[in-house]
Amino acid sequence: MTRRNIPREGEVRIPSGCAIAGIMDRSGARHDGGDILRSIALMHDRSNGLGGGFAAYGIYPDYADLYAFHIMYESREARAATEAYLEHFYLCEKQERIPTEEHPAIKNPPDIWRYFMAPHPMRLAASGLDEAEYTMQHVFHINGKIEGAFVASSGKDMGVFKGVGYPEDIGEFYRIGDYEAWAWTAHGRFPTNTPGWWGGAHPFTLLNWSIVHNGEISSYDANRRYVEQFGYDCELQTDTEVITYLFDLLARRHGLSQEMAAHIMAAPSWREIDAMEPDRAAFETALRTVYASALVNGPFSVILGSEEGLLALNDRLKLRALMVAEKGPVVYLASEQAAIQVVCPDAENVRSIEGGVPFVVQRYDVAAAKAGEAAENRAVRDWPLEHEVGVLPRKRREA
Amino acid sequence: MTDATHTLNAGKAAAAAGKATPAPAGGAAADEVTLGLAHFKEANERVRAALARADAVTIRDANAQRYLGCALPAGKSLDILGTPGNDLGCYLDGGTIVVHGNGQDQAGNTMNDGAIVVHGRIGDAAGYAMRGGTILVRGDCGWRAGIHMKEYAGKRPAIVIGGDAGAFLGEYMAGGIIVVGGTPGDYVGTGMHGGLIYLRHPLSTECIMDGLIQEPVGEEDVPTLTALLDAYDEAFAGESPPLGGDLSSWHRLRPASARPYGGLYAH
Amino acid sequence: MDATTNCVLPRYQVVRDEAACTGCAQCVRSCANGVHRLRKGPERIAINPRACVNCQRCVVFCPELALTIRPWPQVGTGSATWTAEAMDDIAKQAQTGGVLLSSMGTPAPYPIYWDHLLLNASQVTNPSIDPLREPMETRVFLGSRPEILKINERERRVVEPLPPQLKLDVPIMFSAMSFGSISLNAQRALALAATELGTFFNVGEGGMHRDLEPFADHAFAQVASGRFGVDAHYLNTAAAIEIKIGQGAKPGIGGHLPGEKISAEVSRTRMIPEGSDAISPAPHHDIYSIEDLRQLIFSIKEATGYRKPVAVKIAAVHNAAAIASGMARTGADIIVVDGLRGGTGAAPKRIRDAVGIPAELALAAIDQRLRDEGIRSTVSLVASGSIRNSADVVRAIALGADACSIGSAALIAMGCHQCRDCSSGRCNWGIATQRPALTERLCPEEAAERVANLVRGWTAEIQEMMGGMGINAVDSLRGNRLMLRGVGLNEKELDILGVKYAGE
Repeated sequence: MTRRNIPREGEVRIPSGCAIAGIMDRSGARHDGGDILRSIALMHDRSNGLGGGFAAYGIYPDYADLYAFHIMYESREARAATEAYLEHFYLCEKQERIPTEEHPAIKNPPDIWRYFMAPHPMRLAASGLDEAEYTMQHVFHINGKIEGAFVASSGKDMGVFKGVGYPEDIGEFYRIGDYEAWAWTAHGRFPTNTPGWWGGAHPFTLLNWSIVHNGEISSYDANRRYVEQFGYDCELQTDTEVITYLFDLLARRHGLSQEMAAHIMAAPSWREIDAMEPDRAAFETALRTVYASALVNGPFSVILGSEEGLLALNDRLKLRALMVAEKGPVVYLASEQAAIQVVCPDAENVRSIEGGVPFVVQRYDVAAAKAGEAAENRAVRDWPLEHEVGVLPRKRREA
Repeated sequence: MTDATHTLNAGKAAAAAGKATPAPAGGAAADEVTLGLAHFKEANERVRAALARADAVTIRDANAQRYLGCALPAGKSLDILGTPGNDLGCYLDGGTIVVHGNGQDQAGNTMNDGAIVVHGRIGDAAGYAMRGGTILVRGDCGWRAGIHMKEYAGKRPAIVIGGDAGAFLGEYMAGGIIVVGGTPGDYVGTGMHGGLIYLRHPLSTECIMDGLIQEPVGEEDVPTLTALLDAYDEAFAGESPPLGGDLSSWHRLRPASARPYGGLYAH
Repeated sequence: MDATTNCVLPRYQVVRDEAACTGCAQCVRSCANGVHRLRKGPERIAINPRACVNCQRCVVFCPELALTIRPWPQVGTGSATWTAEAMDDIAKQAQTGGVLLSSMGTPAPYPIYWDHLLLNASQVTNPSIDPLREPMETRVFLGSRPEILKINERERRVVEPLPPQLKLDVPIMFSAMSFGSISLNAQRALALAATELGTFFNVGEGGMHRDLEPFADHAFAQVASGRFGVDAHYLNTAAAIEIKIGQGAKPGIGGHLPGEKISAEVSRTRMIPEGSDAISPAPHHDIYSIEDLRQLIFSIKEATGYRKPVAVKIAAVHNAAAIASGMARTGADIIVVDGLRGGTGAAPKRIRDAVGIPAELALAAIDQRLRDEGIRSTVSLVASGSIRNSADVVRAIALGADACSIGSAALIAMGCHQCRDCSSGRCNWGIATQRPALTERLCPEEAAERVANLVRGWTAEIQEMMGGMGINAVDSLRGNRLMLRGVGLNEKELDILGVKYAGE
């Protein structure tokens, strides 16, 4: 019997429910993937075996200043086309298959590779773009134009390991216990249906951003059509994708803090604003007016990962659960409280994330650096382009 | 014609102001602004700042800056050297503007009161929809001068063009007075349903648009016409041959009806 | 038969139930058209059906419900080409040689795309929200914005202040209707309702009557080609200024308010002589190109110290998307697009019925074009022209509008029965008339209450529909076309509207 082709993420919009979790050591100390795997595994019933994955920060210290691309291939042709494309635009320091382990529950995995690369300096200079924008455009090109290839992650010193299956099985398949990271996030997916495409699993990433998300946002198309104005092609038609692009637009391009970006996405209600003193009300009104289409509506809880740390956010009506707890420098986040306590029974300050209030977990070194920075946002487009000169970035040349 | 007299007094004041350096009125000192290539937004901010300090302001080196004298109120005056931009004196509200040079398009757009005196020529659509005040132009004007001029209650606007006028002079004219010393273009007063156009050189019969009547000026026209011609001659004395004196060749155009399109529709 | 013989049959038959009629003569007093008149004899009230315009005032006010208006029961020719209306039009023009004049929105059966767009609701995968008990925000701001807001995060303040914004508590405003086309009482009703609702009315192109100045904080002042009543005081009194380029009911032409409607009060407000025609030129004679629009926008901004948003209203025409894009670049803060079915006090019938395109298609095309060019977020977009109910408002916002304006619907709330005889000046409802005996029939306070009731009812419905979609702020509905599905539309229509077919 031949089955009808089920449309993929990107060809159709597939609603999903989910479990999410995050663990981060604010001191920057790195831990293996054992805890995050046990944490997400406890929430097994929040997934349905149709998607799971992990994002990890700090896993490639030897290549920390190179873009680490994780790419999934469905065919040899896709790999050949992608590698030819990358060779044109990047200088590749290292490329290899990502080590995986056969797992009885994981069926038909794609061929998964990673590449450590620097933008080709001449082509970067000729592009008129900064490095991040340049990389973003090429990720969009590969995902949109090369059939059978999908860039699962494209940041520095970070990577995403995801696929179709329960998250605990995906974690074992990727041997995430072998990696050490200062921040981990995990996602177990409950889509209404899926063609079993690995690219459609979560976390979703772009550059250093990774997002795990629970809920189905009702503002999706308003948000999508807002970010698409600025070149973000929502190929996958998922909430996670559009939320990632909103963070990239507001935090990276517009120069706002991640916390402010999250504040815009879960803005205070007019009722709250009307009760504020006039200056503060004017400030909040200006934010809501300029960024009206960045308001994210409907139920969601998200954990955003980046080089700064983690940020957790719940929708302003608190329609989704998300718990937080601490133990020393380590912060734990999970959809359910027990998923924290299973890995840290003596966790302190266990509480839920408030609706609409961004919960920021920054590395101590990042927090210290931010305290001294200017408080006014400066848009990326207003910075002069400062490209590295030479074949490899400065740090590696010196080493 | 008390209304006209009222308007013309403003014209005379303007003419007087144009001949001499603006005298400080009401004790306020005169001020000066040099515009150069400043953008209109900055230019108008500087002019407004100067007008806040003094009633009479001289603008030097104007170069296409729009809206100079926008909504200028009574008691304030601008003396402009250079070429002011479009919409000179838009919504003019009683103030006086004297241009020592040429004006561009839409001077006196929707002006309400006051005077604009141009020691040169002026562009298209001068006095568009003006409701009050006076525009005196020493030389020629572009097309559609005085388009949709109107009059209301105590306001009766006037435009005096010393030279030739472009086509469609006084199109849709609903009130006020236009005086042309030279030759107007085609379609004079098309759609005119109020006001008067005085011409030193009458139109040939085939050039008179439907619904308009051309006739020699009569006794009743003399006070108004003379006052406007005198204002012109005073403003441009020594620069331009006088228009006033012999009125024998002057004709006027008037609409046959205030309701030119009353029969246009079927209900 | 000579040239002046009237060959046009009556349109309506007025039927009186003689058994029910008490002869109270309420109908006689109701009708300014002289349909009913007292006479001696057994039937005390005679009927002149030819004069009836079907305004239904007499039917509504007959205490015995003794009156009915029916179509004139003359059999047609049976021809689909030579309908009674087609033949009547020819007969009128044969008799007068005139341009056919008409009023209100076109009655022609063009597709109403609103009725082909179905709304979504949440089921299982995300929750609907109950607006009666949870917050449901309908507030909207209109004005231009920077793409990027410059702020100081530590001090929580804006570094570069925003351009002026209008705050609307509901995404519904009242369309431009001038004093002259409607009565001062009707305008005052809209002003009162707008103030009560926290939204805006629009004085139209006839200036602002001094009695409306107390409501100026909720008023748009309009600047049209005739510049009636426009001076610095007018511009600075209103909350915002709208440059009228065109109107959906009569794109590309000017307007004639006939002299008989220029009463003393209208004359004072328009600042033109009593009894003379008020002629609005077809174009603004200082706008012959897109860069000229910039000149007019900034002349208004200069005259108002950059303190007021400037809207530009166009009729929905074939190239609306490109035009709107140009308008956004000229400095317009608000783009208003008025569709084919929009109303008017008077327009040549052929123009009203044949020129322009539906608001839905123009709105969708404009919103998409502005997004393609990356400038949609920097300008506000208002749609008008045949918004009939709250679902139309929701559909318009989902297609991409920030807000809608209603004209006909507000007048209907005041009593208008869409007889489409506004141009005669004999509006029995006291709306589209300047006759004191008729205008006094419309009590501004009572009419305002009816209009405010209407908008309050719509707002509650909008909140219900938003709640059903799981959306609690109108910001998240704007441009959210996934909340719409098409039915009965072809591929091209779906493509222009940017919606999927129901079932997809």
